[in-house]
Amino acid sequence: MEQSHALHIENHGGGKKEIINVTIILSVLTIIELALGFWLMSITNETIRLTIKGVIVILMLSKAFYIVAYFMHLKHEIRNMIMTIVVPLLLFVWFIIAFLTDGNSYKNLRNTYDPYKKERSTEKVEKKEAVKEIKKAE
Amino acid sequence: MSTTTVSATTKWWSGGKSPFNVEYGKLMMWYFLISDAFTFGAFLISYGTIRFSSTGWPDPNKVFSSYPFMPEGAHAPLVFVSIMTFILILSSVTMVLAVHGGHQMNKKAVVTNLILTILGGLAFLSCQAWEWTHLHHEGAWWGSNPFLNADGTQSSTNFTNYFFTITGFHGFHVFSGVIINIVMLIMTLNNVFEKRGHYLMIEKAGLYWHFVDLVWVFVFTCFYLI
Repeated sequence: MEQSHALHIENHGGGKKEIINVTIILSVLTIIELALGFWLMSITNETIRLTIKGVIVILMLSKAFYIVAYFMHLKHEIRNMIMTIVVPLLLFVWFIIAFLTDGNSYKNLRNTYDPYKKERSTEKVEKKEAVKEIKKAE
Repeated sequence: MSTTTVSATTKWWSGGKSPFNVEYGKLMMWYFLISDAFTFGAFLISYGTIRFSSTGWPDPNKVFSSYPFMPEGAHAPLVFVSIMTFILILSSVTMVLAVHGGHQMNKKAVVTNLILTILGGLAFLSCQAWEWTHLHHEGAWWGSNPFLNADGTQSSTNFTNYFFTITGFHGFHVFSGVIINIVMLIMTLNNVFEKRGHYLMIEKAGLYWHFVDLVWVFVFTCFYLI
């Protein structure tokens, strides 16, 4: 215990100034995300929508980096420690690509080979039901 | 040959010390958080898979467009959830400040910032409780989805099932985080850490709390923004 405490003092990091900087960065990133979210509402072009969503995901990942690196202090730990946390998380790269591709492929296969399902999923339904539910709440 | 060059640096794997240069409890907290990250990751990726396999999905800006005491007929997408996001970010900041106070053995700073963090956590939970109640009144719950897809076609219950399961699981984490922080506050007030000579326990609670904030970054983006 004595030793781990003594060792701990070595890796303090930037202190209060760093905390304030990271807070500002996180707030700014969140505001940009929200601005993009508002912008997204007025856009109908699918390509532009996907691009904005991609930018939002990149901003999300950079927020995650700042929280883990500075608030959770990982950046100031030694290399062994960083690797034991980050390397297992690389599984997510495979995880995300494999599953999202699979989902997309399932949709395409079903739309190609199941005309009934395709017809039903493109049928517009009356908003009546939803309106009724909202009225009930009010 | 290599021994002469290595001897200048610390030999982390030669025994007698933690090769990760952290205390046991903190390392175990990190490993727990990895497992928790995979649980949340599995939830979110499952949500993504279903969304990618669906031909339509409800527009989050139409579903989440309300806030408490809103004037009748108003439409305010993203407003309430941005407030929730900022509450959680700020509570994360006060948690860092509590950990920082612990490093300096400053009991007063630890107590103040822990109380602020707990209040932030409770505020977030209240917001979520309001949102769930509001959605429930609109007819949304597990197995029931009153919202249509963005293109006006019939939506499945996948949308509400995933929303309530994932935000519920996250809300439960916030709740346990608040409980952990209350325990930390009581221990600090009883001078437990003062007597122990260090505030390392606050760091472990802090790691958990930041993780909760981290998960919200992903949940917020996946459900409300995209």
